[in-house]
Amino acid sequence: MDFLNAFVALSNFVLVPGIAYGSQLALGALGVTLIYGILRFSNFAHGDTMAFGTMVTILFTWWFQSMGISAGPLPTALLALPFGIAITMALVVGTDRAVFRFYRQQKAKPVVFVMVSLGVMFMMNGLVRFIIGPGDQRFSDGERFIIKARTFKQMTGLDEGLAIKTSQGITLVTAIIVVALLFWFLNKTRTGKSMRAYSDNEDLALLSGINPERVVMITWLIVAALATIAGTLYGLDKSFKPFTYFQLLLPIFAAAIVGGLGNPLGAIAGGFVIAMSEVMITYAWKKVAGYVLPESLEPDGLAQLLSTDYKFAVSFAILVIVLLFKPTGIFKGKAV
Amino acid sequence: MSEPFLIGDSMTGGYGKGPDILHDCTIAVNPGEIAVIVGPNGAGKSTAMKAVFGMLSVRSGAVRLGGEDITSLSPQDRVVKGMGFVPQTSNIFTSMTVEENLEMGAFIRTDDFSDTMEQVYHLFPILKEKRFQAAGELSGGQRQQVAVGRALMTKPKVLMLDEPTAGVSPIVMDELFDRIIEVARTGLPILMVEQNAKQALEIADKGYVLVQGRNAHTGTGKELLADDEVRQSFLGG
Repeated sequence: MDFLNAFVALSNFVLVPGIAYGSQLALGALGVTLIYGILRFSNFAHGDTMAFGTMVTILFTWWFQSMGISAGPLPTALLALPFGIAITMALVVGTDRAVFRFYRQQKAKPVVFVMVSLGVMFMMNGLVRFIIGPGDQRFSDGERFIIKARTFKQMTGLDEGLAIKTSQGITLVTAIIVVALLFWFLNKTRTGKSMRAYSDNEDLALLSGINPERVVMITWLIVAALATIAGTLYGLDKSFKPFTYFQLLLPIFAAAIVGGLGNPLGAIAGGFVIAMSEVMITYAWKKVAGYVLPESLEPDGLAQLLSTDYKFAVSFAILVIVLLFKPTGIFKGKAV
Repeated sequence: MSEPFLIGDSMTGGYGKGPDILHDCTIAVNPGEIAVIVGPNGAGKSTAMKAVFGMLSVRSGAVRLGGEDITSLSPQDRVVKGMGFVPQTSNIFTSMTVEENLEMGAFIRTDDFSDTMEQVYHLFPILKEKRFQAAGELSGGQRQQVAVGRALMTKPKVLMLDEPTAGVSPIVMDELFDRIIEVARTGLPILMVEQNAKQALEIADKGYVLVQGRNAHTGTGKELLADDEVRQSFLGG
């Protein structure tokens, strides 16, 4: 029995990737939950908003790379990120003006909004494929690892190595900064409080003189920033492919619903619940089990519960369980 | 007699394009007064108050505040003009703290509103104690205090309360009425719809009994309480 090696192996294959993936999902789910809380519909275009933001960031990254601008050991994409955010903000605010505002004035039902967002999703989807193509794009540069597995082994003398990718470290740090900023904004500033008030009780917010169009616009701006950051971090960590971002919609929605729709804290918790479940259920536990269990109990197979191809089933299963037993999510959100 | 400070003058109207609910109904209130609208269920009490606040279309008649015709203004604009309104239900931000509720009440104000907040806390000491607690976690009576406090934050020229004592216990109701009298003593005109007609008329300077959207009886609270017809028709003898 070797708990230390078991823990290092667990960290390397489950905890570190899970935390990075969880942060990315949490940022995505925050965007979904904000739209749900303020505009009161499920925005199916969120995955493709992430794809668009990432695409713009990639284009700027390539442009910077061609000019020889780099961020040293950090990926150039971090420099391009503010430009990606700005253009995505323009796109979503434009979409809101051109499409969603019309339905707001009609006081359309939420289900109509969902269908409208589906249309917006297809448009954005097409736009992204048209500009950058449907293929895989890699745009990460700079130092690839913070700690390499071999260096870790030499440092500690353990049999198991622990590798932490730069993208994973950046993901976690960025997510913490973004979430802290968002919560500061929502809880401490006048505008943030007015957003919470509008989400809590729309009629009373109107009576208090809160301007709904302003609240809606600020929400879209924040959502554009969150989507672009989440998308870029995911792209740096894995790779960018429009279809993958469309598929991300499911775990993101699962995360937002598990945490409680409309509740920002819930979105973060939900992101980590979904990410950890996905990673843990699709991980082959043979190695960790080999360190922890006595020899006689060691599994013969890989001890993998589900092939990674089925990882989306995990989000689905969690979603169904939550909706059956706690429809408002872990933190009390709005009933779906 | 000079024109009252706030008057809904011979209002006729209903919700949207629906049938008329109010028929030639007049409601007025003056500074330092408590005016109470009472009447049987479905008499259009709340509707009359909503008409004064601009939440339904007044087809004939007018609403005037301090002599100014505000009939065509939206409720939001009337808030800016100095009308404070406390709805009957969902009248607080449940997920926000007491203090944040008050801050949101003062959203249209650009000046420093800390004295107004102190005044509200002075009026409702329990709110000061629970200022950092979520308003949704408070008891029914305390929630109503938050709701009234929120409306007071704009420093309104007139305060309108839609059934402030709905669903609270009799003891809490008495306390709420005491507070409302205290607010009225500061000179703020109060227009109130009440289900508990007897208690409400006891504190009312002016009472309006509505029946089927019409003014059935009007008088001071005491007069109405002494009126046999009013007593028999709906005060229960």
